[in-house]
Amino acid sequence: MSTAANEAPRSRGKAPAGERVADWADGRLGIYSLAKANMRKIFPDHWSFMLGEICLYSFIIIILTGVYLTLFFHPSMNEVEYHGSYVPMQGQLMSEAYKSTLDISFDVRGGLLIRQIHHWAAIIFLAGMFVHMMRVFFTGAFRKPREINWLFGFLLFVLGMFTGFTGYSLPDDLLSGTGVRFTQGAILSVPIVGTYISMFLFGGEFPGTDFVARFYSIHILLLPGIMLGLVVGHLILVFYHKHTQFAGPGKTNKNVVGMPLLPVYMAKAGGFFFLVFGVIAAIAGIASVNPIWSIGPYRPDQVSTGAQPDWYMGFAEGLVRAMPGWEINFWGHTLVLGVFVPLVIFGLFLAIIALYPFIESWVTGDKREHHILDRPRNAPTRTAFGVAWVTAYMIMLIGGGNDIVATHFHLSINAVTWFVRIGFFAGPVIAFVITKRICLGLQRRDKEKVLHGRESGIIKRLPHGEFIEVHEPLSQEQLHTLTAHEQYKSAEIGPTVDENGVQRKVKRTDKLRAKLSKSYYGPESQIPKPTVEEYKEITSGHGHH
Amino acid sequence: MSSQDIPEENLPAAQRGTHAPKPADDKNPFADPGLPPHEHRIQDIDERAAKRSERTVALLFTVSMLATIGFIASFVAIPHDKSIYVFPLGHINAMNLALGLTLGVALFTIGAGAVHWARTLMSDEEVADERHPIEASPEVRAKVHADFKQGAKESVIGRRKLIRNTMLGALTLVPLSGVVLLRDLGPLPGTKLRHTLWNKGKLLVNMNTNEPMRPSDIAVGSLTFAKPEGLDEHDHGFQNEIAKAALMLIRLEPEAIKDKRELEWSHEGIVAYSKICTHVGCPISLYEQQTHHALCPCHQSTFDLADGARVIFGPAGHALPQLRIGVNDEGYLEALSDFEEPVGPAFWERG
Repeated sequence: MSTAANEAPRSRGKAPAGERVADWADGRLGIYSLAKANMRKIFPDHWSFMLGEICLYSFIIIILTGVYLTLFFHPSMNEVEYHGSYVPMQGQLMSEAYKSTLDISFDVRGGLLIRQIHHWAAIIFLAGMFVHMMRVFFTGAFRKPREINWLFGFLLFVLGMFTGFTGYSLPDDLLSGTGVRFTQGAILSVPIVGTYISMFLFGGEFPGTDFVARFYSIHILLLPGIMLGLVVGHLILVFYHKHTQFAGPGKTNKNVVGMPLLPVYMAKAGGFFFLVFGVIAAIAGIASVNPIWSIGPYRPDQVSTGAQPDWYMGFAEGLVRAMPGWEINFWGHTLVLGVFVPLVIFGLFLAIIALYPFIESWVTGDKREHHILDRPRNAPTRTAFGVAWVTAYMIMLIGGGNDIVATHFHLSINAVTWFVRIGFFAGPVIAFVITKRICLGLQRRDKEKVLHGRESGIIKRLPHGEFIEVHEPLSQEQLHTLTAHEQYKSAEIGPTVDENGVQRKVKRTDKLRAKLSKSYYGPESQIPKPTVEEYKEITSGHGHH
Repeated sequence: MSSQDIPEENLPAAQRGTHAPKPADDKNPFADPGLPPHEHRIQDIDERAAKRSERTVALLFTVSMLATIGFIASFVAIPHDKSIYVFPLGHINAMNLALGLTLGVALFTIGAGAVHWARTLMSDEEVADERHPIEASPEVRAKVHADFKQGAKESVIGRRKLIRNTMLGALTLVPLSGVVLLRDLGPLPGTKLRHTLWNKGKLLVNMNTNEPMRPSDIAVGSLTFAKPEGLDEHDHGFQNEIAKAALMLIRLEPEAIKDKRELEWSHEGIVAYSKICTHVGCPISLYEQQTHHALCPCHQSTFDLADGARVIFGPAGHALPQLRIGVNDEGYLEALSDFEEPVGPAFWERG
């Protein structure tokens, strides 16, 4: 692709200043080769591709505002008496961490705004990652060659959760301290090493005087440092793999159709950063988040009702609330299953997301690169699995707020808890079955549309009095788009007895794989897409029957 | 440029013609018809519309500048403790609202301007770029493998096993120093989780009044929080001690107490239980007088305080530890021993 800009006439004598700077930098950094590959890089357009951008921008906003907050925050648990400008807290004992957070909120002009932008951006960052991951999952964008980038994204999500947790624990207020206590109780439940980890993490017994300073270095240095590296790696891989695209006219697995980075995407994506920042700033101006001054400083013997973590920790909270209090005592030891099992499920539940691309590629045995996105309906089992996972997550989120649900909807807390206990197992199964049916129904509708055309809404009366609806045939663009997806055949184990009657040994993994493959691509899991023959047979007739 | 000057083929009417669905290919009606032709926007063919877009973008950028000035003005002019009433937000900090909105507008309009510029004035012609396989060509692959083998061979690591094994040994051991250095992050658990400040003869002090209590101070059906005498909230280590020693006192009718040991360890119907939930350690603070149930507000574990504080609902694994109490010579409530079992969440060594 040639651009007119290259042939722009140069002024006599010296090149323009910008060009000279670029030449200077190229001589030292080799930026021209980099720019050659990337400056006019093509990015496809779809609304769902901006979800990842929201995450990137909120991450940048969090770093910018976080640096500002470190200028005023004192990560210390020294107890001091408050004599600042917030009258209701006068004379209260509190940690310096809590006091400096009050000062940021009441005495530093704009401090409250930055604090709220920081917190809101963190909430949006995690929500953005959640939705972005759903986009990538349901469209199959995690397939080869993008599995490693999926892992990068997964790590960002998990680290984001812990960065959020260590962050909202820093002000040492009553609510966050309760959350830290919960974490410490959960750590204690770990068999054998639990008490040791707890003592080492808190520098002794809970709460001690160290955890704010330790969480501070984890929150502002360790985790964000790793995350920054992952974000950079994530973006490099997005550039390197080139973005995926949906099927459509002119779009193949071998090309990428869209608009160039310079200028369109530079403007759109750069502009979108300001849109995201602007919206978050306005939210932070209007809606107060984590008003620590109305919660009070932490004391381990005090608590308020309705204690809730930030939303992204809610499902872990739900697991802990719903689990029955099983405890096994043996040989002078206690196995605290009531807390440890939720802790393990928390890890496994997340690990499934990390492993999913590898499971699916093992089932399909597909080693090819995939750059064309699936429509969720065309991968019914995957879509149903994803919806089942999200259902379990959402039910646990309800469980995490069972007290809030109970008080707001005037329900019995016991009933809500039992609903969550049963729903955690039954909900995903029901969601799986329903989703698969919906997907198959949508596939049938696509087939119908391809073969019989679009319902036009025009009713025609035939000479003999019959009324029919006129169907309008689809354009070739639409026909192509609706039939571009590829359908796998389910893998077969093959005959277990060879021609000489000798029993062949079938490995158990092969059996499992064949079984999974059948549930993914068997006749009950997909509607065969219309063939050219079917189409010709129907369209060659005169009109509709 | 007036609309009459627009070349005929650029008009929307002419465009529509070229974009009509093509007759299906005889061979394969589902074949890829290729990229659809580019459709011009109004701004591409009408300079007046393009001018309008330009003015819109410029207006948005100007609004941003004004909003930034507004931000600075609010920062300087509004007293930082001024509270105002805004419907429907209620009473909020005026400066925070002004700063948030002006900053929001200043940023949002830059973004809106840039996006509008990109959508209406920059070329919107879609182009296709080729993809290339991520994996290297067989030649490159062969070359890399050969290079690696050559390098490995030249290092003699495969032949001189002694070097390889000792190197692996050294590299495995050296991180141990780092692990050892973490030892002083905290003390060993020992029996710390088993003891609290309570012991024989320690008076029960009311958490609110800081005064020791007589049985007559506690009404039937009431809930009182207590701490051991001598523990002051200004003390160093107060937080750690209260995290284990926090106590709740309730007074029941002695005949309402179902558990035999509970009755034995009580005094005139006054029972003392650890306030720290045995689930994950939240302080239990909700008491239902009629049913004698105590509920932890964090995870809703429910304990029957008339029946040995056994768990009747929720995720807690065992009953709340009870403190044995009595009265001293002067008639004040005192502890008769420390808790018999560890308070708070269960742990591996608890037994």
